[in-house]
Amino acid sequence: MVALTSEQLKRLIETLANTVIAETERLTALDQAIGDGDHGLNMKRGFEAVLADLDGLSRKPLPDAVKAIGTHLVMKVGGASGPLYGSLFLTLGKELPAEPGLAEFATAFDAAFAAVKARGKSDVGQKTMLDVLGPVRDALAAASPDPLLGDRIKRVATEAAEATVNMKAIRGRASFLGERSIGHMDPGACSSALMISAVIDCLESVKA
Amino acid sequence: MSANVGIVIVSHSPKVAEGAADMVRQMVGPEVPVAWTGGNPDGGLGTSVPAIMEAIDRAWSEAGVAILVDLGGAETNSEMAVEMLDQERQGKVVVCNAPIVEGAVIAAAEAASGAPLALVKKIAEELSPQ
Repeated sequence: MVALTSEQLKRLIETLANTVIAETERLTALDQAIGDGDHGLNMKRGFEAVLADLDGLSRKPLPDAVKAIGTHLVMKVGGASGPLYGSLFLTLGKELPAEPGLAEFATAFDAAFAAVKARGKSDVGQKTMLDVLGPVRDALAAASPDPLLGDRIKRVATEAAEATVNMKAIRGRASFLGERSIGHMDPGACSSALMISAVIDCLESVKA
Repeated sequence: MSANVGIVIVSHSPKVAEGAADMVRQMVGPEVPVAWTGGNPDGGLGTSVPAIMEAIDRAWSEAGVAILVDLGGAETNSEMAVEMLDQERQGKVVVCNAPIVEGAVIAAAEAASGAPLALVKKIAEELSPQ
């Protein structure tokens, strides 16, 4: 990993926010199938607040910028995903050094995964965003730097999100549906995979 | 400022939150501080961390505040709001695992007797099957 300039950080945050906002309808449709149908709009509201602060965020050192993204999501999302993604970013920001290498990033991601688990009182296997974050954490922990790492992590995230389709929800609004939650991708797993892929794509373009 | 525990009601729906607060008011008078909040930051169904923090402030009592919530996001956002309070207030606010309407009414009735926060929470949570 490389140190990001303020301009690169700005592009990273902007890409992340725009990726989530562009998928509002898809996330909403997934949430309408097995939840209360607000995941897309909630995430859009949160990331619009992030975009509104883009200049301020990109002037901060990386850890502070990541923490501030978490605070925006906590204050603006308006659903459980606010504190869940908020905790993810707040913890990442707290744990990351200003210029993280792969090992530091893996350690920070591990802490962020634990924070989301605690916040949601949930765990892997319950058809939630943890079913993407968990496998990604494992892949990062086992990773050594190589040119194909980004693609590998993206594949892990995408396949993990797909794997939630056949799971039965045990946590979150979808758990009210019991068996009927099977057959639909978890919206939080979907947004997690989208965000992870967007961040990797952007970091790869910085390196290239 | 009241010496009794305050009650905060957090629902996805402002109407549910306000209605539950009306039912609490029917049981207890001004000796129990009561505040409600509902709706996401755009006013749609959902909950809002800053709005919950404001409700805690409105119902503030040195004896503490018990929060009653409806569904998942209300609970998660309430727990987040508590963690964002000043250190000295954090330990005096609890989220109750209880039905929102019945829990709020019984918690307020208990609070009106001067019961401490832990007891108010316990009485409300006895309504939840464990």
